[in-house]
Amino acid sequence: MANTAVADPESGLTRAQLAQRYGLRVAGERPALGEYARRLWAYRHFMTAYSRAKVASSLSNTQLGQLWQVLTPLTNAAVYFLIFGLILAQSRSVPNFIAYLCTGVFVFIFTQTAATNGVSAITGNLGLIRALQFPRAALPITVTLVQLQQLLMSMVVLAAIVLITGEPITLRWVLIVPMLLLQTIFNVGLSMVMARLGSKAADLKQVMPFVMRTWLYASGVLYPVALIREHLPSWAANILEWNPPLVFIELARYALLESHQANLISSPLKLWAMGLLWAIVMGVGGFVYFWRGEKEYGRG
Amino acid sequence: MAEQTLPLNAGPVVDSGRVPTVVVDDVHVIYRIHKGASGGTTAVSALKRIVSRTKAPNIREVHAVKGVSFTAYEGEAIGLIGSNGSGKSTLLRAIAGLLPPARGAVYTQGQPSLLGVNAALLNDLSGERNVVLGCLAMGMHPDEVKRIAPEIIEFSGINERGDFASLPMRTYSSGMGARLRFAISSAKKHDVLLIDEALATGDRKFRVRSEQRVRELRDSAGTVFLVSHSIGSIRDTCERTIWLESGVLKMDGPTKEVCDAYENQK
Repeated sequence: MANTAVADPESGLTRAQLAQRYGLRVAGERPALGEYARRLWAYRHFMTAYSRAKVASSLSNTQLGQLWQVLTPLTNAAVYFLIFGLILAQSRSVPNFIAYLCTGVFVFIFTQTAATNGVSAITGNLGLIRALQFPRAALPITVTLVQLQQLLMSMVVLAAIVLITGEPITLRWVLIVPMLLLQTIFNVGLSMVMARLGSKAADLKQVMPFVMRTWLYASGVLYPVALIREHLPSWAANILEWNPPLVFIELARYALLESHQANLISSPLKLWAMGLLWAIVMGVGGFVYFWRGEKEYGRG
Repeated sequence: MAEQTLPLNAGPVVDSGRVPTVVVDDVHVIYRIHKGASGGTTAVSALKRIVSRTKAPNIREVHAVKGVSFTAYEGEAIGLIGSNGSGKSTLLRAIAGLLPPARGAVYTQGQPSLLGVNAALLNDLSGERNVVLGCLAMGMHPDEVKRIAPEIIEFSGINERGDFASLPMRTYSSGMGARLRFAISSAKKHDVLLIDEALATGDRKFRVRSEQRVRELRDSAGTVFLVSHSIGSIRDTCERTIWLESGVLKMDGPTKEVCDAYENQK
């Protein structure tokens, strides 16, 4: 056989022309946005199977196993109740503080874990990324799906807490479904942004706990939201009103807590508008931002 | 560069009956490595770096592949040889589209699939679940996965010493892990399959089986690239061999010629 180091010597084409003639494509080329979304949709089975496997394996080496899915949010709520409810006595100004606090904690943790786990969505799956070619956006989406499954468990716990503390079941409870849908879209976008940032800057993982704690204090989880208006200058309060976790938490409280209706930080209509806007902005923006980095994720 | 001296569009292609599947055109790959804690990583020096806005000293650029060009055709099995650090694995990653070339371009038919020993799947999950996830990640339909999963486990032979398929992959020996990964990757028909040292691991029995599988994949009109330090397995499976040295293509031709030259220089 002749030495084949020279591209198709008989044809006299450059390599690029040869490749074009036979319809070869540039390796690792980033598909167009629409095509990328279509491929991602084709990987939906992978995403659901992967998230289920992750949930199953995450607690597989503990004694109590899946019971921790219920115990973790409960313990969290108990600790915050001890500090802010009993020791700092925030509960005096909030009717039904326990339900108020638990709603905030559970909804906030959903966004918090989507962000912190999103940071390692790429770096933690380099083995998979370097072995197989698939739309990388499947990974941050999987992260959010794992958290969603845990959130649904928390929501069952929350419903019990809310009922036990004497809130009535109203028709508004149905609104928790669209609210969670908006928050899930927001979280998917957020974890995509964090995944791309985290794949470039390893230091981000060290900073995340502090960022998240600051965000927690700014989200009206642990204290009455009325304090925001009372203690901050009005421009700061107006900015804080747009804080996405606060919007979603207030929407959840609006849906579940009869006792909180008079104390909402914004009118329900405004809350829905802000929530919808955040879901669209973060969902679309995060997806586009992540897609633009698609080629680089294998580099590590 | 040979192709640049050739006239452009010089007449119609003489149909040699061979369809190119991978065209590597003057590819340079440069990647950055973190040297790790090799000095200059104290807190003071890190602060100094931030203040003076210089790049971290523990990141170095490696020019791993320097201007390699070749064309691979349908049905070929191509061996890549060369000493450690000669750029073989890097070249495979570039073909797979995982490391974008700094200059030049790689053109491929379909999506090449890289199969490496180091590419771990999910260690905390059982072998069975890894099979399902791996197949889904390759884009298979769930029904197809259900049908094909027992075959994959059977082929990998991990159940020969008891029921290992239901144990987490971190409990596997390195050979077992590599066998399962090879079994998963080779379950799907790839236009271009890139294999990095996988045949060198595993026992004699598995090597025979996997060489058989490589031949089958090749017959189904795919192209196979094989990186290995075991010249024996290259001679057995490939008819063409490319010899890389320090990122430069040193020789490209029939396996016998290239391997003889490679072994004689040592």
